[in-house]
Amino acid sequence: MTTRGIDGFGLLCEKFESQGVATRLYHPDQIPPARLLEINPAGWGKAAETAQLQQWRWCGVWAEDLEAGLTVNACLEHQGIYLILRTHLPDGQNSLPSQAPHYWAADRPERNIQDMFGIRFEDHPDPKRWVRHQAWPEDVYPLRRDFPVAGRQTEPTPPDSTYPFLKAHGASVYEIPVGPVHAGIIEPGHFRFQAIGETVLHLEERLGYVHKGVEKIAEGRDPSSLARLAGRVSGDTTVGHAWAACLAMERAAGIEAPPRAAFLRGILAERERVINHLWDLGALCNDVGFAFGYYQFGRLRELWVRENQACFGHRLLMDRIVPGGVACDLTPDTAKRMRQAIVALRKELDELITILDGNSSLEDRFLGAGFLSPELASALGAVGFVGRASGQSFDVRKDVPYPPYQQLKVRVPMEDQGDVSSRFWVRHKELRACLRLLEQMLDGMPAGELVAPWLIPDADSEGFAAVEGWRGEILCFVRFGTDNTIGRYWPRDPSVINWPALEKLTLGNIVPDFPVCNKSVNASYSGHDL
Amino acid sequence: MLRLYFKIFKTGMLTEKLPKAKPAHEADQAVEQIGHALKTVVDRRFRGSLAIRQVDAGSCNGCELEIHALNNVYYDIERFGVHFVASPRHADVLMVTGPVSRHMEAALRHTYEATADPKWVVAVGDCGVCGGEFGVSYASCGAVGNVIPVDLTIPGCPPTPQALLQGLLSLCGRS
Ligand code: SF4
Repeated sequence: MTTRGIDGFGLLCEKFESQGVATRLYHPDQIPPARLLEINPAGWGKAAETAQLQQWRWCGVWAEDLEAGLTVNACLEHQGIYLILRTHLPDGQNSLPSQAPHYWAADRPERNIQDMFGIRFEDHPDPKRWVRHQAWPEDVYPLRRDFPVAGRQTEPTPPDSTYPFLKAHGASVYEIPVGPVHAGIIEPGHFRFQAIGETVLHLEERLGYVHKGVEKIAEGRDPSSLARLAGRVSGDTTVGHAWAACLAMERAAGIEAPPRAAFLRGILAERERVINHLWDLGALCNDVGFAFGYYQFGRLRELWVRENQACFGHRLLMDRIVPGGVACDLTPDTAKRMRQAIVALRKELDELITILDGNSSLEDRFLGAGFLSPELASALGAVGFVGRASGQSFDVRKDVPYPPYQQLKVRVPMEDQGDVSSRFWVRHKELRACLRLLEQMLDGMPAGELVAPWLIPDADSEGFAAVEGWRGEILCFVRFGTDNTIGRYWPRDPSVINWPALEKLTLGNIVPDFPVCNKSVNASYSGHDL
Repeated sequence: MLRLYFKIFKTGMLTEKLPKAKPAHEADQAVEQIGHALKTVVDRRFRGSLAIRQVDAGSCNGCELEIHALNNVYYDIERFGVHFVASPRHADVLMVTGPVSRHMEAALRHTYEATADPKWVVAVGDCGVCGGEFGVSYASCGAVGNVIPVDLTIPGCPPTPQALLQGLLSLCGRS
């Protein structure tokens, strides 16, 4: 925690007081590394307004249906300090002032809580349903305690044909509905375009198609089973989510993964980043018709995926992170192999990037397409490479470091043009930075245990974790129930924050450029819909 | 431009021969059996060319990554006449992943209905085969077979490109 940070936090507390937001500060050990501040329900909106003026970034909101009643938590971040605001709704009250008027990013997550818990947010700018389609009726709430996990619907689920999309009127405006089943090998979601000629006038996203009840089916699991589920929140981020869930559970249990396990987790996470960056650099080339790039990057990715299989036993690295540590190890042989692959990849990248750089058709399509201004990115709190391509430097590994990154030199590359080109290049630079991190970890790999013995946490222990997945900041909150079972699991994929950015950055582009704009953000549907 | 050609030339041909299927356990054997039964039919009806429409009906997207890998230079599925198409109207096969989320149930049925007969459905991944980590719940119908008829299952979480290829090749009769 930096001194500057304490100032920022202290300042916010002072502002809360002067604004009449009644607060109660918990001991810093309550839910490290976050600070926990309880506020009264009436001050919920005011708190957001105040924090927004103090430039706190809004990261997420989750609710809980506890014995004591409904509780809502919002997570904010400023200068590397996470702050959790918590409020308990009095018996019989099921509404709370909305934070969405002050924070754009809060819009959909609040609607999500409205659908899942039946908590209404007053003065919400657009309170229509979000994750709920037709699988359960309006007046039941799947994350309430009295809702059975099997649900109550026995009939086939009808299509969701009544969602109130924004309508555009006007002589030459036409509408293009796309999805949920898209034309490629891609996750389902719906995009509603309004266009004039080829130019996109308005885009509305409709998500929730792959809602699988992750939060509900997490309840009652044991730690290992939760780790497996977390690894499937978004398959392309299996390491990131499993790590976040395990870290949160370990903090709740008061244990720490051994240093060797932390380094191995770091290696797994950086490899996941390398693989996804390679894949998307290729896919971006493909979306502008540059097949050469697609096949070359795809080739490099396959080589690394195969190496995952050879070194760690799974191509996508699923189930390698377990509560307390890791379920894989590094041998001198595999370490050597990895070093050679790093050197080889650098050489390949040097060659490929020179070719790409010299290819004006690529530049022609990338430059200026899908522009997200630094102001919008900051207003949204855009995370990961989407934020970093628009001047937002936040990276959990550097700003709120966790093991092993505390011991490493983390470089966070930036771009500030905010277009597809910036997002392409920032990912290329991150890829290079990953390779250096991997070498640092291979060099500094400590000896020792792979798993720390598990300690059964007390009922009600809570844990919070933030890790930097390849898409950006992943948050996770876990509360234990009795007997080592999970009472509440809340994962927040970076996509939840970044999806709205796509709506904005697509405006003014031509419809045929949408695929490349979409790819340049590459948010996860599964990670969003849960 | 010269550099580009040089790189292509230097990269050379990487596409690999497919190892013969080795059914390791019963589940694999079952897949093989269904595959061989279908082989005769598909040989006759499709003349060895197969158009696949992939439908993500609720997957975690892990399966999609491996299906995508089928198109990379090492597996190059198109050499077998197998290609992914953009519309169910053009498809012989629906390749469905995920536990079917209830929110995708209707869309999956519609896609199935939109696919011209004769058609085959391949359920991919543990989730598609049996519900996997997600099972059946208020939000999930579980296995693909709970929603539309399934002809072939390819288990795995996710199945490797090789497993996918072997499943498909047994379907289109080129293995
Ligand atoms: S089988 Fe595995 S990879 Fe495929 S959708 Fe299910 S959890 Fe994801």
